[in-house]
Amino acid sequence: MSFLDQIWLIPLFPLFSAAVMLLVGRKLDPQGELSESALAPELATAKPAGQPPHTASHRSFWGRTIISLMCPGMVLMSFLFSVGAVIQLTAKPEKVHQVVLYTWLAGLPFHTIVGAITDFSADFGFLLDPLSAVMILVVTCVGFLIHVYSIGYMGHEGGYYRFFGYMNLFVFFMLMLVLANNYLLLFVGWEGVGLCSYLLIGFYFHKKSASNAANKAFIVNRIGDAGFILGMLLMFSVFGTARFLDVNQVLHSGRFAAETTGFGVLSLMALLLFVGATGKSAQFPLYVWLPDAMEGPTPVSALIHAATMVTAGVYMVARSSALFQLVPHTSTIVAAIGAFTAILAASIALVQNDIKRVLAYSTVSQLGYMFMACGVGAYWAAIFHLYTHAFFKALLFLGAGSVIHALGGEQDMRKMGGLKEKIPVTHWTMFIASLAISGIPGFAGFFSKDEILWQTYSSPQGSIVLYVVGLITAAMTAFYMWRLMAMTFYGPSRVAEEAAAHVHESPAVMAVPLTVLAAGSVLAGWIGLPKVWSVFPDLFRVFERWLEPVLAAGSSGAAEAASHMASTEWFLMCLSVAVALCGIWLARYLYVLRPAAADSVARWAGGLYEVLVHKWYVDEIYDAVFVEGAAKGGGSLLAAVDNKVIDGGVNGAGLLARLGSVISIWWDTWIVDGSVRLLAFLVKTSSYPMRILQTGYVQFYALVFVLGVLVFLAYYMMR
Amino acid sequence: MLHPITAVHYLALSAALLLIGTVGVLVRRNIVIILMSIELILNGVNINLIAFSKYFHNVIGQIFAIFVITVAVAEAAVGLGILIALFRNRKTVVADEVNLLKW
Repeated sequence: MSFLDQIWLIPLFPLFSAAVMLLVGRKLDPQGELSESALAPELATAKPAGQPPHTASHRSFWGRTIISLMCPGMVLMSFLFSVGAVIQLTAKPEKVHQVVLYTWLAGLPFHTIVGAITDFSADFGFLLDPLSAVMILVVTCVGFLIHVYSIGYMGHEGGYYRFFGYMNLFVFFMLMLVLANNYLLLFVGWEGVGLCSYLLIGFYFHKKSASNAANKAFIVNRIGDAGFILGMLLMFSVFGTARFLDVNQVLHSGRFAAETTGFGVLSLMALLLFVGATGKSAQFPLYVWLPDAMEGPTPVSALIHAATMVTAGVYMVARSSALFQLVPHTSTIVAAIGAFTAILAASIALVQNDIKRVLAYSTVSQLGYMFMACGVGAYWAAIFHLYTHAFFKALLFLGAGSVIHALGGEQDMRKMGGLKEKIPVTHWTMFIASLAISGIPGFAGFFSKDEILWQTYSSPQGSIVLYVVGLITAAMTAFYMWRLMAMTFYGPSRVAEEAAAHVHESPAVMAVPLTVLAAGSVLAGWIGLPKVWSVFPDLFRVFERWLEPVLAAGSSGAAEAASHMASTEWFLMCLSVAVALCGIWLARYLYVLRPAAADSVARWAGGLYEVLVHKWYVDEIYDAVFVEGAAKGGGSLLAAVDNKVIDGGVNGAGLLARLGSVISIWWDTWIVDGSVRLLAFLVKTSSYPMRILQTGYVQFYALVFVLGVLVFLAYYMMR
Repeated sequence: MLHPITAVHYLALSAALLLIGTVGVLVRRNIVIILMSIELILNGVNINLIAFSKYFHNVIGQIFAIFVITVAVAEAAVGLGILIALFRNRKTVVADEVNLLKW
């Protein structure tokens, strides 16, 4: 069986179960919607507490079993197909396989900016190459584990079928995004995952904050998407195509020179695409939606807002690496935004008290790392970090979910502590993930983060400033992660009395995915060892070699080889590890050994601490400038214009119309109706002599008949 | 001494039947009688046809007469059917009381 030709089936599996869930899921899970107590607490308490009818719970059990088997099962099918397809891809010498099902949009020929005539067209086509291979494996593998985890996590929640329906729909769109063979189809998946993100953030839609967060995510993403659309249109009008392979061919053909000196059309195109990426991947200035997105259920945060969807921007930039390689100025902007976001988000994460928000800002920060790598031309390092990050960040979120589950919904880390002994599996898996994200040698995060830091330093497009920012961020990362660990698992318990009694380890269905992801967080990095480590370069740098055919040459190659100094790399590696260890030690010191010290540091930092707690007041500034200033101020201005000018015009037009109608009424009544009535009157009058002949007596007619015959007879006889 | 029956006798009988029938149709008010009068007219015509058929030694007249009888039967059946329907609805068989079909 050729998996390669059937790659279009990979997204279809989750689409199938999503369709089943969303169309008939309600039947499968009859008491399925969010419980009444959640929707209207006062009603639930008024009702007598009785058992639900036995039949309903029985049906519900089987319905839920079907949902629990089918939804993760379909994602597992996608995963198996992906593995099959990727194995077959490795056997192909050119490492590219394209399946075009049909032309989805076909348009008329037009002239591109450079004068060539081309057809506007977009395929419904799928492209499997090393880059999308990595992505589908990550999406389906992590997606499957999170689905399994959700069976346990969402087991007691209402809306079970709806949750899984949206999750599967998300996996479908995400696979469309990474398997598309052109930008337009990628954009379809891009918008689709945005929709699913909106639906899942607003999963608890009866909560005002959740529906607000969903709206915020959707609206902020629209801003980025506007940039993406403009970039795509510009690409169409310049290259005349949106197919990845064709675009790359045009860019490699040398028809467009690298814009090293000025800011030309390619730079603008790349910048617009990057605006799209900042929206989806939560980069400054559009990162504000991601922390709020934590209103959704925790598995959603793990799958969509950590492991997969938010990395779509990185994927898209890497996919456009041939373009970004030609525009060093835009690439510099990308690196600068990435670095700025990384340190900004990390600084906010230092002082947050909500366990999921710390992880959310951490995600933003790690995405900043990835863009930093893209900006300096180390696309493979960005994808490498994307791939390792998917494991350990999904694990961190699921672990956080497990903690929240154990504490019956508590998210505030100030009310945790001392949980290490009570939930050991969660603790140890999160321990591994925290080591991985902090960059301790041997764990996945170390390899990818160290590669990015090394590239920011050594790449021709890199600089010492980027490196220092990255290093400080690494220290902050280690600090806030171990602050999280310390506040959650170590030290004295601050858990509320009531919750403490119910603390329990999560069931196996949740613990097993945690364990698998923990294994991934350890092992995932070993396919991309640092250059200086590699005794067998071909064996341990598989990842870079694997991605080489897709990504632009970037820093790997001659330029880097010249600047490559083993001693420098060793030194920088040791430096980053040392910095990470410092961060870990500091967190341990402040939050475990000397808990009082943390407060005194906060008091000492004073103003800075306040600014960090308020997230640099970015939300407040946006609120003042865009919501109050542009939207409401503009709204009142528009209202004035509306009242005076537009309403005046409408009222004037109404008056004119009424005048016209009066004339029209007169004309209609007297001239039009009059002429019709006159005609009718004339006909009626003139028909009177004829009417009196119609007596209705049949014998009168017969008499006339006979008389007529006699008249004719007489006439013929007389003649 | 009896005179032989000639064509003139037949024609006279035929004309008499036609005249009686016509007058009957025009002056009688009972629709049953009107229908009977129509039968008289048709039979007058039949006698006329057969008389000429014999006179000219041509069989076409007789064929025509059979056609007329056939049609007369059909006409009587339809006419009586209409009459019964009329009686059921209006409780009358008087032609003067059925004058809806006027202006």
